[in-house]
Amino acid sequence: MPSQFDFTVNGRPVSVSVDNDDTPLLHVLRSILKLVGTRFGCGLEQCGCCMVLIDGEPVKSCAKPVWTVASKSVMTVEGLGTPDKPHPLQQAFLDEQAGQCGYCLSGILVSAKALLDRNPSPSRREIGQALDDNLCRCGSHNRILRAVEKAAAQMREGAGR
Amino acid sequence: MTTLPGSLADNPRLDRWVSFPNPGEVGIATGKVEIGQGVLTAMLQIAADELDVAPARITLRSGETGTTPNEGFTSGSRSIQAGGVALRYACAEVRALHLREAARVLGCDADNLTVRDGAILRDGTPTGQDYWSLAASVDLAREATASVSPKQSSAHTLIGQSTPRVDLPAKVFGEAIFIHDMALDGMRHARAVRQPRRGAVLESVDEAAIRRAAKGPVDIVRHGNFLAIVGDDETSVEAAAAAAPNHVTWAGVEPRSPLAQEANWLLQQPSVDRTVGAAEAAPVRGQARYEQTYSRAHLAHASIAPSCGIAQYKDGHLTVWTHAQGVYQLRAALAKQVGLDPATITVLHVQGAGCYGHNGADDAAADAAVIALQMPGRPIRVRWRREEEFGFEPVSPAMVVKVGALLDDAGRPADWTAEIWSGCHVSRPGAGNLLAAEALPNPPPKPVPADPPDSGGGGATRNGTPLYDIAAKRIIHHLVPETPVRTSSLRGLGAMPNVFAIESFIDELAERAGEDPVAYRLAMQSDQRARAVITRTAEMAAWNPSAARGTGRGRGIGFARYKNTAAYAAVVVELEVDEEIRLLNMWCAADAGLVINPDGVINQLEGGMIQSASWVLKEQVRIDTDGISSLDWESYPVLRFSEVPETKVELIASDSDMPLGVGEATAGPTAAAIGNAVSHALGARIRDLPLTRERIMRTLLAT
Repeated sequence: MPSQFDFTVNGRPVSVSVDNDDTPLLHVLRSILKLVGTRFGCGLEQCGCCMVLIDGEPVKSCAKPVWTVASKSVMTVEGLGTPDKPHPLQQAFLDEQAGQCGYCLSGILVSAKALLDRNPSPSRREIGQALDDNLCRCGSHNRILRAVEKAAAQMREGAGR
Repeated sequence: MTTLPGSLADNPRLDRWVSFPNPGEVGIATGKVEIGQGVLTAMLQIAADELDVAPARITLRSGETGTTPNEGFTSGSRSIQAGGVALRYACAEVRALHLREAARVLGCDADNLTVRDGAILRDGTPTGQDYWSLAASVDLAREATASVSPKQSSAHTLIGQSTPRVDLPAKVFGEAIFIHDMALDGMRHARAVRQPRRGAVLESVDEAAIRRAAKGPVDIVRHGNFLAIVGDDETSVEAAAAAAPNHVTWAGVEPRSPLAQEANWLLQQPSVDRTVGAAEAAPVRGQARYEQTYSRAHLAHASIAPSCGIAQYKDGHLTVWTHAQGVYQLRAALAKQVGLDPATITVLHVQGAGCYGHNGADDAAADAAVIALQMPGRPIRVRWRREEEFGFEPVSPAMVVKVGALLDDAGRPADWTAEIWSGCHVSRPGAGNLLAAEALPNPPPKPVPADPPDSGGGGATRNGTPLYDIAAKRIIHHLVPETPVRTSSLRGLGAMPNVFAIESFIDELAERAGEDPVAYRLAMQSDQRARAVITRTAEMAAWNPSAARGTGRGRGIGFARYKNTAAYAAVVVELEVDEEIRLLNMWCAADAGLVINPDGVINQLEGGMIQSASWVLKEQVRIDTDGISSLDWESYPVLRFSEVPETKVELIASDSDMPLGVGEATAGPTAAAIGNAVSHALGARIRDLPLTRERIMRTLLAT
């Protein structure tokens, strides 16, 4: 007997039905809603590739059953911005060429968004700590840290105008 | 006849590289594939610059059997050095052939003609001719001659520019760019239930229990000792695969020795021995001799994504999508494995997460191919589980390196021996190197372990010879053929442990001689490019020769020219040590010859530094009687954001026309610089990697 769950993704109401109640949110996002920006990395809630915001809080979605987000608000990397209208974080990542293989970037962008939402002026150390739930294997860390700093500065400037 | 440059030697036909398919469009093909190193961007820069066309006109194909050149593996920091150079020469020749044809049509001298965005200009004025109008009369189905020199550096417009990565926007906007994101019509999901090791026999399968665990419909496929779970719902397939090892029994599973976890296990093993280099020196009475032994444990590639492969067998043709490093090599191996004619197999590269060498990519593709042949029609997607990637990918072999030197009166080495113990560094897919093949009926014989030849950079011997002015140098190589876990290539092969050993040893000699480590190195270095990177890195770091030892804060230097033929790099590391190591700063100056994309090169160099720092501080594959036991990111930790030091990288301007590979250039120097900095900080040396808390505590207690 399929179960049905209603919630919002990137501001859009969705209603999904799954046969298996264990189905993780990540699977729903990728396979049913075709939002593949949220990546699978480990399925063990360890690497952060699958980070999304649930009611504004960063959460790993790979082992989170979809029923737990019923009537909640989910944001994924696709909700940040688009090539035509990039989020300042996405623009800063492009400006700093912050990435190599890029597989970890979706989750890192989401974690960074959560950080800047609660702390618009983070220090380099605070950014590092906020991203410690996300692994990067290529060694793009410093570019990523610079990009988050740059985006924060731009967002503060934008907010001050 | 001279050999054609780079990969042109094996792929001389010009039309394999360049085509003009439709008016205004340029087709470029490369056998090198994107594994996160930015190679596609560099290839576009090369082709656009040498052909004088806008990059937007170019459609780049990469890693497709049948349509792209066979350039072997994308490995060894050779993508630009071999593939990029080939593309440069091919494009330069194609441009010249079209100018020659234009000159014939226009009745003028080719010297008066130039190209602007594909259009032919005569003395700067449009002629109405372009690549596309001339294409029909220029036959590119001909062999390259490399008789046309690529542009001089001064004429470059795109080569040498930090062009933004073409693949990065899709990765920043969360688009479907990875193989993991492919969703083909009718695609089914699958997981293998891994044979614990070669030769293990599948005795029983409790299918009912596996189906219960799935909580949804799944098919169970068995072929010999190859077992897989297939279904339409990935969650059910994943659940079944996670539970399956508890519901199958295997016979013939030999226990592994947990002692093999430590590198010095190698010293007790049978080995295949050889000596390369200078003849053994006769000892001179009274001459000082110094000797030390260094080691490094097994390392995992630990790609951030587990491997993925997709295969479809339809109408007698097998199509395989893979993120492996060599599509032609995988095709040949698959053909052998499943008994198909290679002509009936197409292998297509799709990007995966960074691999840094031979990880599970080929094996996941082979899994998918075996299942697809069992279940013709629909595409089969195999995505390895995290535990499967850690547990079954080939790992980089542990190594022990004993360095000994006879010293001259000034305390400098006059005679040098590096004795190296290591498992095999390369077991790429070939006969018998695909996991699935080992489980099928009539498995191939176990391949004979063989390192790459020294002429190609070697495996365990890579960078085993120091690039210093030493009268006699030799390597004694002990290849340990039987290792407890499968080993294969990881970024730099033996270069990291060898450079760690050599450069640690050099520091120890400098200390014995009472000399500054930088000055000591320069005193026996006559290669000007090597001197330049060492000197510049020391300047960047404001190197202080008289900084006191044993204060808890230290700095160290490491240098190597990768493979002694590729890029030169020196690294200085500054750190603090109490019970643990805190990296503060890393500086690097490198000479990469002709640089196609400076920011891309810097990104590779600093990525290599940070990855090496992670290896040195944290990484060791754990082995117990079952095999690899470090199966997740808790048991195989890597460096995290808050632990990464500041990095500064500079490129030394070079007047060379030849690019030198950079992807693996900084790993060895960084490892050595960290080791030397820890020694400087502690006033005592740790010679075994990783530099764990236990080793630091033991060293502190002993001093």
